[in-house]
Amino acid sequence: MIALHHYLVLSALLFAIGVVGIFLNRKNLIVLLMAIELMLLAVNMNFVAFSHYLNDLAGQLFVFFILTVAAAESGIGLAILVVLFRNLSTIDVDKLDSLKG
Amino acid sequence: MLTNFVVPDLYPAAAELFLLTMACVILVVDLFAGSARRWLTGSLTLLTLVGCAVLTYWNFGDNASLTFANMFVDDPLADFLKLLVYASVIVVLIYGRDYMAERDLDKGEYYLLVLFATLGMMVMISAYNLLAIYLGLELLSLSLYAMVAIDRDSPRATEAAMKYFVLGALASGLLLYGMSMIYGATGTLELGLVAQSVQEGVANRTILTFGLVFLVAGIAFKLGVVPFHLWIPDVYHGAPTAVTLFISSAPKLAAFAMALRLLVSSLFGLAEQWQTMLMLMAVLSIGIGNLAAIAQTNIKRMLAYSAISHMGFMLLALMSGVAGSEVDPMALINAYSSAMYYSVAYVIMSLGAFGMVLLLSRAGYEAENLEDFKGLNKRSPWFAAVMMVLMLSMAGIPFFVGFFAKFAVLLAAVAAKHVVVAVVAVMFSLVGAYYYLRVIKLMYFDPPADSAPIRAGFDVRILLSANGIAVALLGLFPDTLMMLCTATLVRSL
Repeated sequence: MIALHHYLVLSALLFAIGVVGIFLNRKNLIVLLMAIELMLLAVNMNFVAFSHYLNDLAGQLFVFFILTVAAAESGIGLAILVVLFRNLSTIDVDKLDSLKG
Repeated sequence: MLTNFVVPDLYPAAAELFLLTMACVILVVDLFAGSARRWLTGSLTLLTLVGCAVLTYWNFGDNASLTFANMFVDDPLADFLKLLVYASVIVVLIYGRDYMAERDLDKGEYYLLVLFATLGMMVMISAYNLLAIYLGLELLSLSLYAMVAIDRDSPRATEAAMKYFVLGALASGLLLYGMSMIYGATGTLELGLVAQSVQEGVANRTILTFGLVFLVAGIAFKLGVVPFHLWIPDVYHGAPTAVTLFISSAPKLAAFAMALRLLVSSLFGLAEQWQTMLMLMAVLSIGIGNLAAIAQTNIKRMLAYSAISHMGFMLLALMSGVAGSEVDPMALINAYSSAMYYSVAYVIMSLGAFGMVLLLSRAGYEAENLEDFKGLNKRSPWFAAVMMVLMLSMAGIPFFVGFFAKFAVLLAAVAAKHVVVAVVAVMFSLVGAYYYLRVIKLMYFDPPADSAPIRAGFDVRILLSANGIAVALLGLFPDTLMMLCTATLVRSL
């Protein structure tokens, strides 16, 4: 029998991988977008698990909205990425250093 | 299930629906208007905002009404904040018009993104459900990411947009993770029911506290307070100044509303926990914001760090609501209304300060360095005086609105027995006074580096002057705005 806490631990792990991925990754912005996606999917798993164990549909409803917003978010993220590549000819995270002070 | 469907009462959301409809209409109008009739889009946008203001004013009632299956609330707090949001968006559009036109950025996208961002803020302000808060926040954030990148050929702007996007998405992730934990602990997404469940103690405390930490982190990011402030200086610096003006004004009101709804309306039972977190962030923001601002030579970056310290002050009031074990309703209202007063005062000052940066910029020239303000008194004594009033007010020097905002916050903090924190805040604002006074010194005692005449439309001059006068007048009569804040909060909380 898979209990609620199994799901919670798994989603916490996925979420942590996502967050660590954002901070450790210094090479590629696309990997960064993947890490963001992973974070949102971890949240989805949390919602679905809670929704199932609470016997309440609202959590699953929330997941649909998160999926939709995540799609819009990656759309905008990739658009910014394309513009960035046109301006700087690189998608290296370390090269984003012209703004500081 | 479908048989249970009830048509929701649309009346409380009239302004939102009007704005959405008009945004779609403007989308089509802009498509057919072409570049020759570009003025049409801008004028329609302004008219839409005025229409929203009329509808919201009309809805201004004494009590709260819920609609859309209790997802949406229309209370005096929401109406008041929305009116301020419309006003500041209108001011942003007027101040930024020439700037955007000179850089050929005043296309339909700009106005539409402003409208959708405004819709996002309205939803955030009126949200009564975790889902509605999330959707409003995302509508605002996604529009802002695109607005920062609207100058497609500027490497600086696209870099700022990318940083904003990545950190913003991280913050949304944290906020969502917190929301999922709160949902799991309480079994509901509705703010009122969450509060009830927390109060009755049915909720699982461990999961709840865990969720609270993530939720506070998400809110802190949106407000831009330490340690989640890293995006603020880069985005303020990199974005086109008219967009910076927008980001630094109305969204702060929406973020304040979000913080109030999440922390006070729903998680009030955990006030002692979140107050400690807010205290830490407030002290760090006031300290780091003021210290880092001193080192800046770029006025947009300087104002960005000053924004961090101002938001720290706002948190200082937000964490002074509950002192000790018993809840005193008077102290509660005092603390939250001074937080609201501070946000409103900050938005007015920030509009003026970035408005001045826009006033001095012209085609092919960005007046974004402190040097560009040198000798402003010789070029235009009146606008130098306006800038002086704004800087003195931001520094918190008596008889301007900024002073009374700080004073109210410090009173609330002392009433909640946070004397040490209040003293630290005062010390750092003294440090902060240095960089505001430096701008005044540059304007009055240095020879001008740039002698081009100041060209600006009649409406911009009038509005910017009115902005400066408002800062001075609200400082002379501080009670009016304070009473409005208190009255709306008493009727809404």
